[in-house]
Amino acid sequence: MFKKFTPSTDIAGQTPPKSSVQRSIRAAVLQQWKIGPETLEEIWPKKETLIHVKCREHISIYSVQSVPLFFQHFDGPFYPTLRLLHQYPSILPKVGIDRGAIRFLLAGAPMMCPGLTSAGGYLPPSEEALPKGTAVAVHAEGKEHAVGIGITELSTEDMRKLNKDVAVEVVTHLGDDLWALQTL
Amino acid sequence: MSSSDQQEPQAVRPLEVLYCQICTFPPEYCEFGSSLTRCKEWLQGAHSQLFDKYYSDEALQSKIGTLSLEAQAKLEKDSAKKEAKAEAKADAALKKKMASQVSIKRIERNKRKHVTAIHGLEAFDIELKKAAKFLAQKFATGASVTKNAQGQDEIVVQGDVSDDVLELIEGGAGPLKGVPADNVVIIEEKKKKAVE
Repeated sequence: MFKKFTPSTDIAGQTPPKSSVQRSIRAAVLQQWKIGPETLEEIWPKKETLIHVKCREHISIYSVQSVPLFFQHFDGPFYPTLRLLHQYPSILPKVGIDRGAIRFLLAGAPMMCPGLTSAGGYLPPSEEALPKGTAVAVHAEGKEHAVGIGITELSTEDMRKLNKDVAVEVVTHLGDDLWALQTL
Repeated sequence: MSSSDQQEPQAVRPLEVLYCQICTFPPEYCEFGSSLTRCKEWLQGAHSQLFDKYYSDEALQSKIGTLSLEAQAKLEKDSAKKEAKAEAKADAALKKKMASQVSIKRIERNKRKHVTAIHGLEAFDIELKKAAKFLAQKFATGASVTKNAQGQDEIVVQGDVSDDVLELIEGGAGPLKGVPADNVVIIEEKKKKAVE
């Protein structure tokens, strides 16, 4: 999603949304992420106004004090930026990829099932299975921090069963243009 | 989810994450970047403990993990190649930067009035908008960033200030830092006769 992103041409405008819209965004974030209202308050204090940065192809980045915090594609789920995820690693469910897949991920490729089901990969156990279309933090074998953020294309159970094709579509990863964008 | 919220009403403290000063990745991912050698140097100097953690022999051994030896060798070769490539690219970019010119053009408006167009500053990582504002303030005139006939951005300052601008650029004042004086040329352009 952010493989090619140049702020000067791809940003259409920055506006603060209405406070009612901000309220609904806050509610949606609380519902979608594993995060308490207090923690969200730390990240995004009530007094700070959110800035909606409109970008091409229906991407909206939301920033507080010109630091991008989370983004959304069309009406999809909210994704935190990778820097925010590094600070609060618990807000998204985790999946892990093996070492061989890291360099493909860093090139922006979607993650295939075998990379997650192999010995180095990690999938949540069956009782915590994730449905299709969940935002996940992609961790890497032997690494402490997340390497990317993606959305599941299959439920985790199906990943185990089919073990073929795309499992996680990567929306942002280390070193992409959103990562390079430290302030807006 | 809601139950855990009730148990811990305090906010979760954010994790302090160290990022590499060279490639901006967390240091554990430097090996996948394109500047591993320099990243290593930086880490060794700034955080020697972490350096030992990531690059000691045991760490390197365990890192291989589930990967076969061949795949590991290939990965290493790839990363070396990538690094060389990135270096070559950076070199080429620098060379291009050094070769690019900044032109200060004096354009005649009517007999006694001129504007000064400064072109090519963006090659030296100067923010044109800021530079224009700076010049406007300096000379107390209008200055703006406009597109010229070729569609490239340039700064247009009202009045004939070409010599002063040259001085400022050479002196590296304010936002106009980092332009070598040899790369700046002054051009004078007479107003073309209107075609009847």
